[in-house]
Amino acid sequence: MSLRIVVCVKYVPDATGDRHFAEDLTVDRDDVDGLLSELDEYAVEQALQIADEADEAEITVLTVGGDDAKDALRKALSMGADKAVHVADDDLHGTDVMGTSLVLAKAVERTGYDLVICGMASTDGTMGVLPAMLAERLGVPQVTLLSQVSVEDGTVRGRRDGDAASEQLEASLPAVVSVTDQSGEARYPSFKGIMAAKKKPVEVLDLEDLEIDGDDVGLKGAWTQVDSAEQRPARTAGTIVKDEGEGGRQLAEFLAAQKFI
Amino acid sequence: MAEVLVYVDHVDGAVRKPTLELLTLARRIGEPVAVALGPGAGDTAAVLAEHGAVRVLTAEAPEFADYLVVPKVDALQAAYEAVTPAAVLVPSSAEAKEIAARLAVRVGSGIITDAIDLESGDEGPVATQSVFAAAFTTRSRITRGTPVITVKPNSAPVEPAPAAGAVEPLAVTFGAAATGTKVVSRTPRESSGRPELTEAAIVVSGGRGVNGSENFSVIEALADSLGAAVGASRAAVDAGWYPHSHQVGQTGKSVSPQLYIASGISGAIQHRAGMQTSKTIVAINKDAEAPIFDLVDYGVVGDLFQVVPQLTEEITTRKG
Ligand SMILES: Cc1cc2nc3c(=O)[nH]c(=O)nc-3n(C[C@H](O)[C@H](O)[C@H](O)COP(=O)(O)OP(=O)(O)OC[C@H]3O[C@@H](n4cnc5c(N)ncnc54)[C@H](O)[C@@H]3O)c2cc1C
Ligand SMILES: Nc1ncnc2c1ncn2[C@@H]1O[C@H](COP(=O)(O)O)[C@@H](O)[C@H]1O
Repeated sequence: MSLRIVVCVKYVPDATGDRHFAEDLTVDRDDVDGLLSELDEYAVEQALQIADEADEAEITVLTVGGDDAKDALRKALSMGADKAVHVADDDLHGTDVMGTSLVLAKAVERTGYDLVICGMASTDGTMGVLPAMLAERLGVPQVTLLSQVSVEDGTVRGRRDGDAASEQLEASLPAVVSVTDQSGEARYPSFKGIMAAKKKPVEVLDLEDLEIDGDDVGLKGAWTQVDSAEQRPARTAGTIVKDEGEGGRQLAEFLAAQKFI
Repeated sequence: MAEVLVYVDHVDGAVRKPTLELLTLARRIGEPVAVALGPGAGDTAAVLAEHGAVRVLTAEAPEFADYLVVPKVDALQAAYEAVTPAAVLVPSSAEAKEIAARLAVRVGSGIITDAIDLESGDEGPVATQSVFAAAFTTRSRITRGTPVITVKPNSAPVEPAPAAGAVEPLAVTFGAAATGTKVVSRTPRESSGRPELTEAAIVVSGGRGVNGSENFSVIEALADSLGAAVGASRAAVDAGWYPHSHQVGQTGKSVSPQLYIASGISGAIQHRAGMQTSKTIVAINKDAEAPIFDLVDYGVVGDLFQVVPQLTEEITTRKG
């Protein structure tokens, strides 16, 4: 039987560019360069490796996002995923993590899955909680923040390097997994992969397809509200000295003046 | 006065500092009721009471250690239902964030993660967050359900505020999902004897410029002279020079110490994301153009192998 893998990928503003907020205090996603979140590339990579090991597997990449988010799907398809699902709807503008997890859960269920793979966090929101919320909503085990993962005979196993300990985890499929950037470098799309991606199917769904009420998502339906977003004042220029043999002692002088010594 | 649930992060009964900071913030909103789970839960009560907990709800069961996250969600939900709190505050550790997030789904509440400050407001608690690698500061509220907020370490001072802190056993019934993910084995991290990275008042970090695992002794010596924790950039971690548990940045630890000293680190946006809210920043780098110098209060352009040992020696001398 074919192993059905769904990879959740997010299209995010480029962290090396000028990220900012729109007038309604949502993250501006229109006037900025975006890309497939680098941390989700690791999820795609692990999906490809797991599919390689399986007798038969199919990888669907799934995103919730505006029109541009299809670029993230294209990239994942060119890395080797088989097909894509794009949930897009004007009513989704300003959705927070409660809403996004609801939409992803419905879309995952509609697609059909044995294994959902997420990144460890999105590089814009950096919450790192969506995979746990998705597992809660789907009612399946969460096997998250893995630095190493494998699937065999309907069981997912992995290593989670936590603050206090490194844990070996195990759960039966279906399950939700998230992988860290320690799980292994993501491959670059090959020329052949890029060409093949153009022909792979991308299904576009809206809220009606997923039977979600527009009032439960978007800015109006959000469970949280941003009241203000202020650019952090630039740090006042510090003192910079060139080491002419006394740099260490000069630095000690500064630290002593600041009462650190 | 309304009660506020505070999830306790502890190791065998030893309460970690971020939880005591949470109690300071919780007292701004209401009366803190602490929830401590797992081995040693009862031993947390004395220190929690000293810092303002009016009650300490405790539960011990093998499930907390044998299965991932969900048993603790069941327990926190039981506490939530018993207390009907005005808010739920949780430390921003990876695990506690997941526990908070699942609770939010269960009780139908909004969630804010990684707050760096918290105040009470007319329409519920107002959380301050630092976003986009600390380029922006936002203030947000939860508008649906009971606020569930996770707070980063070093976001508030630890303040003594003696309260009753009576221990009450918490009755927990585990749901079917609780045993879904088995913890097959656990290898505790070896302690370096140095302060915990996220809790330390001073962090001394090394990057690619350190050029080898053996050279990290230079960074460690400086850290020890200051009683500091040791951090590393991803480049140093990826090269295998220092353990990943010490990585500072977007995909490592986020630190906010009084003093951060970066040696041989260029200051890439992903590194800055994890240290830019440090109070005082110092860098040593041989490249005067390195972006880290845009952040510093004091910078030395020079070879770290000259500057750092001289600094360590000077500190040791001054400290006598
Ligand atoms: C999705 C993603 C997540 C990431 N997460 C993180 C993260 O969590 N943490 C992190 O740190 N990075 C992270 N990175 C990587 C980040 O982009 C940088 O590559 C990394 O921070 C560079 O580390 P570095 O400053 O040590 O190395 P480099 O950028 O190579 O800088 C080394 C510096 O050392 C200086 N130097 C060399 N020799 C000496 C000497 N003898 N004396 C003094 N100075 C010297 C050089 O001038 C240079 O400025 C992430 C990247 C991505 C894409
Ligand atoms: N809009 C989205 N579309 C698809 N996947 C998402 C979306 N937002 C978050 N995710 C997934 O959830 C992970 C964690 O996100 P977060 O909790 O927002 O940091 C990401 O790495 C993605 O795998």
